[in-house]
Amino acid sequence: MASVLADKYCSKSLRGILMDGECGPGHEYNYQPLNNSFTVPPGIDPHHFVSPFMSDSSDCKIKFNHGTTTLAFKFQHGVIVAVDSRATAGSYIASQTVKKVIEINPYLLGTMAGGAADCAYWERQLSFECRIYELRNKERISVAAASKLLANMVSYYKGYGLSMGTMICGWDKKGPGIYYVDTDGNRFTNNIFSVGSGSTYAYGVIDSTYKWSMSIEEARELGKRAIYHATYRDSYSGGVVNLYHVQEDGWTKVSQTDVKSLHYQYEEEKNKEIINNEEL
Amino acid sequence: MANPFEYNGSAVVGMIGSGCVAIAADRRLGIQGQTIATTFDKIYPMNESLYIGFYGLATDALTVSSRLKYQLNLYQLRENRQIKPKAFMHMTSNLLYSKRFGYYFVEPVIAGLDPVTKDPYIATMDLIGCPMETKDFVVVGTCSEQLYGMCESLWKPDLEPEDLFETISQALMNAVDRDALSGWGAIVHVIEKDKVTTRTLKARMD
Repeated sequence: MASVLADKYCSKSLRGILMDGECGPGHEYNYQPLNNSFTVPPGIDPHHFVSPFMSDSSDCKIKFNHGTTTLAFKFQHGVIVAVDSRATAGSYIASQTVKKVIEINPYLLGTMAGGAADCAYWERQLSFECRIYELRNKERISVAAASKLLANMVSYYKGYGLSMGTMICGWDKKGPGIYYVDTDGNRFTNNIFSVGSGSTYAYGVIDSTYKWSMSIEEARELGKRAIYHATYRDSYSGGVVNLYHVQEDGWTKVSQTDVKSLHYQYEEEKNKEIINNEEL
Repeated sequence: MANPFEYNGSAVVGMIGSGCVAIAADRRLGIQGQTIATTFDKIYPMNESLYIGFYGLATDALTVSSRLKYQLNLYQLRENRQIKPKAFMHMTSNLLYSKRFGYYFVEPVIAGLDPVTKDPYIATMDLIGCPMETKDFVVVGTCSEQLYGMCESLWKPDLEPEDLFETISQALMNAVDRDALSGWGAIVHVIEKDKVTTRTLKARMD
């Protein structure tokens, strides 16, 4: 096994992508695609094979877990990650209890939007690659490097019908980090991201009150509220809000709240406000 | 627009009890995945003991309901008596069939009591007016499979008004919780010979 690993990770592949500067000083890191581990239809170009199953007009479209709301934002005390938990196949609600935050390792989280299987598989693969990196370099991988590994892995299969939009969140030497990675090959970093069919609603809520200097309490409440409002307006989001907080010493799961109880809690708060205003 | 029946999202149920009928619907008005309103009425009263609810394209439901109300007013003025549910069902069926070659995208559920005998009555029909009368329950909606499952397992003959309310409410709420396009609250009318009880339900809002 050791020799297989050595072979796979030390040889310079033609396809390997150099992680210039992002893996710590003085280290080169090659990603060797798992070239032979996926069976492809014999005699057919995979790109050509999958395209009829991916287009909207197709009669036999593959139904993925598509509807989702996920968000992550940086602030002075770290990263808040909040997601819903609904899985839909067409208009049918397949599950209300999906875990859309993938715990890559104690310092890294990934979110799930698009194909559930693709997200789960490639982020598991990422956790393996990150562990190998740690063993080789005797230090933790940065969020930038981890997200680039994922981006390189999935873009190798570009056009093969993979579907995922994910945020890689963590804490490294540079502080809190969020990278958005998707299967089109995009990779960005920013303070706020939201992904999925309910993302526009979530952005609206975050943008209304977001500040870098928020307290921990304020930030956690904002994340929860943004997901709740997305589940209210977006049919394809719902279930519970799973809330995570990444700080210097790694991530913690803060809460899991059913949006039904959130709805009636916020309703009550609104009514109280109306009564107070009338009294004034 | 892919399918007009799945454009706005809805769920309507009718159930027969002992000397009573119930009709219930969800309250969502959406445009595909986007929820526009959560207090939208899909059930229209036609007279004191006769209600009609619609599944399908909301704009057509509005048109059909007002055309029916217009025809019904003329009928009741001319006859000087309340319409029988069965006659009203035929009136609805004829209206829908009059658009046989360019239809209204709605499937109605009719629930009511006979004005004279007080017999409970429920019926549904397809979009061009093919009637279906049953003695137990009728369901239409974007979650009709779920509704059939709930009704088949919960409904019993000769339910008293309070039990009928509980049954129809549980059937509807648990069905829409497995459908992305309907839900966001529900309304239930229980029609008895001397009164109609209308309640809104506290439901999941996602």
